[in-house]
Amino acid sequence: MTLADDRAAVWDAEERARARAARVEAVARWLVPIAVVFATLGLWQWFVIANEVPHYILPSPVRVWQQLVEDRAILGDALLVTLRITLMALAVAVIGGVLLAIIFDQSRFAELVFYPYAVILQVTPIVSIAPLIFIYVKEPTARVLICAWIVAFFPILSNTTLGLKSTDHNLRDLFSIYGASRVQRLLFLQLPSAMPYFLGGLRIAGGLALIGAIVAEYVVGTGGAGSGLAFRILEASYRLNIPRMFAALALIAVVGVAIFVLTSFVSWLMLRKWHESAMRGGQ
Amino acid sequence: MTELAHRSIRPLGSRRKLLEMQGIAKVFNGTVTALQGMNLDLNEGDFLSLLGPSGCGKSTALRLIAGLMQPTQGRILWSGGQQKGDLGVVFQEPTLMPWATVAQNVYLPFRLRGQGYDAVRSRVAEALDLVGLANFHDAYPRELSGGIKMRVSIARALVTGPRLILMDEPFAALDEITRQKLNNDLLAMREKIGCTVIFVTHSVFESVFLSDRIVVMAPRPGRVVQEIQVDAPYPRTMESRTSAAYAAHAQVVSDALAQAMGEPA
Repeated sequence: MTLADDRAAVWDAEERARARAARVEAVARWLVPIAVVFATLGLWQWFVIANEVPHYILPSPVRVWQQLVEDRAILGDALLVTLRITLMALAVAVIGGVLLAIIFDQSRFAELVFYPYAVILQVTPIVSIAPLIFIYVKEPTARVLICAWIVAFFPILSNTTLGLKSTDHNLRDLFSIYGASRVQRLLFLQLPSAMPYFLGGLRIAGGLALIGAIVAEYVVGTGGAGSGLAFRILEASYRLNIPRMFAALALIAVVGVAIFVLTSFVSWLMLRKWHESAMRGGQ
Repeated sequence: MTELAHRSIRPLGSRRKLLEMQGIAKVFNGTVTALQGMNLDLNEGDFLSLLGPSGCGKSTALRLIAGLMQPTQGRILWSGGQQKGDLGVVFQEPTLMPWATVAQNVYLPFRLRGQGYDAVRSRVAEALDLVGLANFHDAYPRELSGGIKMRVSIARALVTGPRLILMDEPFAALDEITRQKLNNDLLAMREKIGCTVIFVTHSVFESVFLSDRIVVMAPRPGRVVQEIQVDAPYPRTMESRTSAAYAAHAQVVSDALAQAMGEPA
């Protein structure tokens, strides 16, 4: 009798059921969402063909795919523009948000002075600020970038600020006893403590940067040359090119999902060794 | 050879003074007297327990010595002045950085002094050896049990060879079996490196087993009521716990504590 047999012998019914459920869960986690997406697309395709819906009302998924392939030059360029602005806005939001959070943490005075502005920027809808930015800023890319940044930076700022304050009080005492300087305290204690909070903010900010980039382009526009996906959707709607609208929309959705997956992966990578959230997510 | 400070422990009565608390009082918020009129001489090599119920000011006394707060009255004098790195501290929680490995956690006191890891690698290894964690360098705290985490915390406290180690109810949250093991190992470490310890506890038996001096404290207001010397020789082992001398000492300390609380002995 092998060891494996021994082990199998002590599996009771409940444990076997639990193990089976775990195996099913591991596969279903990927299979179910993919299956649902394809089922939806299939249903959609069937609906359009069965009811002979004209493509300028609702194009079938296959028609959208054909349009995507046909317009790949235009939409590809637009995708790159939107992607570039989103990533730049996210990068600036990360740098700006983290720097502001550090300044707020180091100086109570700076926090009292500037925090209201951060809140005002956050609570004022970007659609209503955008026309002003359109007037003040001449460079088209800069306009959109500023709008996207305003939307994206707040979750980074507020989460990182919270994280910098959430250090273990005993560790703070320990650092005091060892005579740590402010810089040492920040680098070795506060920033690592704030990491899970920051990464949570990053995930929200990634989605918001994309929304900001799209909304800003809708409102302020980029004026034809070097236009992003939002402009292409508007343009296609004026021409009643519904398949292209759907194609552009699909690209935006894919970008959004990609950003979410990427930021989640970065988060898991940074925290998998020590943080509960990444441990559960990673198993 | 060993790099950790290696001091021999002299018998009680012939030890050099390490620090002196003179008429220490601490009043919180202008009204709450946490500690009143505390005088204490601590000598090199002492294993001194501060024993008392909640609110007797024992943790306050420890925080004052650690310099985490200033006394309302009185002063604390270190022989030869206090230097950075004179203190090692163990809190009730292991207080490890969860994002850092065991070795990085033990390295922390050196890191905060600006010393590179390579320069002190052997001392970190030696401290981990001493607490019995030679194979745990690269483990993360979340992988470790409460007792092991506490050992890491102790290694960090003694890695710099401090003149004084403060321990604030370090084993209170552990189960009894782990706690006894750590008590034994703590005494074995002390035999090896000859450290001076102030140990805060609310356990009579723990204080009698570990210390050679027990300062009994009482609450409302927090104050010292009596000092008892435990002259049982070191090394003390598991067998000492069941000896008649141990029981007699525990009885004396229990009586002192009951008296301090205002109860019939």
